Amino acid sequence: MAEFEPVLLANIARDGSHTRAVYEAAGGYTALKRVLREMQPKHVVELVKRSGLRGRGGAGFPTGLKWTFLPAELRGPVYFCLNADESEPGTFNNRILMESDPHQVLEGLILSCYATRATTAYFYLRYEYPLAWKRMQAAIDECYAAGYLGSNILGSGYALDVYLHRGAGAYICGEETGLIESLEGKRAWPRIKPPFPAVEGAFRHPTVVNNVETVACVTHIAARGAEWFRSIGVPPDPNDPRDPGSFGPKLYCLSGHVESPGCYEAPLGLTVRELIERGGGVWQGRRAKAAIPGGISMGLLRAEEFDCRLDFADPARYGCLGLGTAAVVVLDETASLVDFLHNSCRFFAHESCGQCTPCREGTAWSLRILERIRAGRGRLKDLDLLLELGDSLGIIPGTTICGLADGAAWSIKNAIRKFRGEFEDHVRRTNPGGYRETNPVPALEILTAH
Amino acid sequence: MAVVIVDGHEIQLQDNERLNGIQVAARVGIEIPHYCWHPGLTVVASCRMCLVEVGRRDAQTGKITMQPKLSPACQTPATDGTVFVTNSQKVAEARARVEEGLLIRHPIDCPICDKAGECLLQDYHFRYGQDARRADLKPFTSRRRELGETVTLFVDRCVMCSRCVRFCREIAGTSELLVAHRGAHEEIDVFPGAPLANKLAGNVVDLCPVGALGDRDFLYQQRVWFLQGQAHVCANCSKGCSIRVDQNQDRIYRVKPRTNPHVNRWWICDEGRYGWKHVHDPRRLTKCQRRTGNELQVSESSPLLAELDARLRRSHKLAAVVSPHLTVEEAYLLCRYVRDIDPEAALVLGPVPQVGEDQTYAGQFTIRAEKCPNRRGVEELIAGIAGKLVTWEQFLPRLPDERWDAVWVSGGYLGEWNDTATAEQFASVGTLVVQDLFSSPLLRRADYQLPGAAAYEREGSYVNRADWIQSFSWAIRPPAGVLTEGQVYWRLRKGSGLFPARRVLDEVSHAILYFRAADRPIPELGLDLKVNLLAST
Repeated sequence: MAEFEPVLLANIARDGSHTRAVYEAAGGYTALKRVLREMQPKHVVELVKRSGLRGRGGAGFPTGLKWTFLPAELRGPVYFCLNADESEPGTFNNRILMESDPHQVLEGLILSCYATRATTAYFYLRYEYPLAWKRMQAAIDECYAAGYLGSNILGSGYALDVYLHRGAGAYICGEETGLIESLEGKRAWPRIKPPFPAVEGAFRHPTVVNNVETVACVTHIAARGAEWFRSIGVPPDPNDPRDPGSFGPKLYCLSGHVESPGCYEAPLGLTVRELIERGGGVWQGRRAKAAIPGGISMGLLRAEEFDCRLDFADPARYGCLGLGTAAVVVLDETASLVDFLHNSCRFFAHESCGQCTPCREGTAWSLRILERIRAGRGRLKDLDLLLELGDSLGIIPGTTICGLADGAAWSIKNAIRKFRGEFEDHVRRTNPGGYRETNPVPALEILTAH
Repeated sequence: MAVVIVDGHEIQLQDNERLNGIQVAARVGIEIPHYCWHPGLTVVASCRMCLVEVGRRDAQTGKITMQPKLSPACQTPATDGTVFVTNSQKVAEARARVEEGLLIRHPIDCPICDKAGECLLQDYHFRYGQDARRADLKPFTSRRRELGETVTLFVDRCVMCSRCVRFCREIAGTSELLVAHRGAHEEIDVFPGAPLANKLAGNVVDLCPVGALGDRDFLYQQRVWFLQGQAHVCANCSKGCSIRVDQNQDRIYRVKPRTNPHVNRWWICDEGRYGWKHVHDPRRLTKCQRRTGNELQVSESSPLLAELDARLRRSHKLAAVVSPHLTVEEAYLLCRYVRDIDPEAALVLGPVPQVGEDQTYAGQFTIRAEKCPNRRGVEELIAGIAGKLVTWEQFLPRLPDERWDAVWVSGGYLGEWNDTATAEQFASVGTLVVQDLFSSPLLRRADYQLPGAAAYEREGSYVNRADWIQSFSWAIRPPAGVLTEGQVYWRLRKGSGLFPARRVLDEVSHAILYFRAADRPIPELGLDLKVNLLAST
């Protein structure tokens, strides 16, 4: 791989990188000034489309294409929602951008709003990021003072207001329609689609929802052009007509059992193995057993599958849901997959919004089963039951409204299908008398108490 | 014209019809089970019970392409070429899984649950569920919480369909109910200090597909399989909602709305829902009494009516006060009876009770201030027979000067509708007949006191304020000793046998132009007299 200069993280090591002065000294806001002077909104959309930028929030939907879904004739305001509700376990790239380079995010946000003709932007920030909250608010204030926000930005006639909104700490608010509902002051129950937000979103107006890292990329596409962006990353698979390629730099979050966990920037297409090497390898000289490719909802990779490229296409070839947030969590050889899956189920049972029956009941039930397996009362048939739950849960089988359930399903499916031996060993070892049991099991405490 | 295919049946839709999968399947008798969807509320597609396979038939080639994933039928519009498959193995498994999910934490306390017997969770489980329980949890906490004066919540029976929450937001507009907590810990609740207290609150109990929301008035009073429902029309205000009276052995246990898109859609108000209590009030009049001198004598109805009839037929100047609580048929018979004796008899519209103002809720449901069911019907009858309408307020002051030989006052009012001063006005009347539910100063002055029937005991038709006529049969029989007004008038007019409401209505429809449209059978949901009148002239 050719030498790669960090783009998104280029600024973060400087002293006072979160201030406008430092950001501008490094060339910040020049792209904004030039775009507002020289380009029409539709040209910016065209530019982003040409760059092949795909959403960094998890689903990898082409950003420029998403923007074109807005109605051509506007009958009211367009709202732009910046999704900074970064709640996927193992993910912290947005946090680093917001805490250490908030102006890069803001410049991208203003450019994206300009492209989508939005006059109001809601910055939906996760509650658990107090420093990001302070820094982003300070940056927004600085932008208003400098005339980058407000009415008539830089004399262009374009007006934009940004409101920093702090969520209340729910994973589901990262789902775009859940975010919109929450923003409107309602319970964050994802909406049924259609209508999609681009047609009817926040406050019943056309709305664009983009991730923080996505708009940060827009800053650099505006500064350096679409061709530069397309020169980084993985071109489309010629054998797959539906693969638009994975272009641009990506922030990879590495955590778990590695020597140097952290956020690493690399072109899309870095393999898991390369990323772990950049993080100093598996800690304490141990070997890896498994890794999560992109946040816990994307599934699990075995150590043999570490050649999986972390781009928008490759994880699916290894049975994972996708790239997700590109947050890799490494499990070393001593880690228990039963514990891992229990923790994953606990998370999803806690975070299920409770709207759709299969997810509300399925996540809670899978947690109860895992609790029982860990407590030494597991049965082999529980594994099949869990697989059945996993296979029937989510928007892919069509049983739920949003994709949170798919995330819950994928870790169950991948863990049991890829590590079935370990689960069976655990059940046999901890429940030697009853693991083969096939009859309906009597309830645990209530019946045995009498 | 759009053609939709459900399980191989082709269904043609009118151009203006906008139906979803559940509705279109119902056209060919195919049930798609559902909890959260309700035709009167917004679609949330959250219970996932109505999952079906959806596809599209290509208009040119006729080739059907199915989507790989399941879709909720409630959220899928039926447009030209839409294909629904509801009977595949995939759909059956999805339903069984949803049903299994809903039962994981459900207490299954059917033996002590009021909803048992009319519970969707029960019905769907038998139709679509699995035989064996795979979840090894036995949840039973039986938590109960009062949401308001009339509604109670059995917390763990809830399946989180959110119908009640949407009803309070969208129809009542009062938003008392909410979902608290998250995931499997979700519960329906109210805000502290803000109980469920709107006048449409009882509807949430009807909407609840399971036994979570209970009506405190009905709770533990009767098992639902002992109840017999009788279609009726609410008499508590001039809106005339279609209702179903659930009774057992002539005792009313509850009143439920009947769906009627022309009048009340799916709802009724709590005034109508609990407006039947007077029926079983021990103070109700049940005896015919006759005054001789200062003495009141209890009499059998037959000899008393014969004597009364003879006495009235000897009178010359008669007046009848026709209560807006009478049915069209009853009112017609009364008017005809006095007019047969005295062709100039005054026909007076009885007092029309007004309480407050009309109350309109967010979902365009209005509770009328006019607390009687048939003012329009009586008005038009009197206008049709006498040519001119005399109101109670016009009649009363002139009473002492106009030496009436006999006045017949029909009542049926629920509140105190007359006082001593009113009764004094009747001092000069030769023979005063009062027919009412409860004792009142006027009744105590009467020469003949006749017990009247309650609305649920009547038979006939009401015309609501929007000229919508609905016919009904009695839901319960009146208490022993009470003849319905219709039966009394029928006998007085020398009719034989039982009061035949339909025959009387035929007579009315031929006699009075306003009722012309009622000459054919009245549909179950009623008929618009105005529209038909305009069309026929």
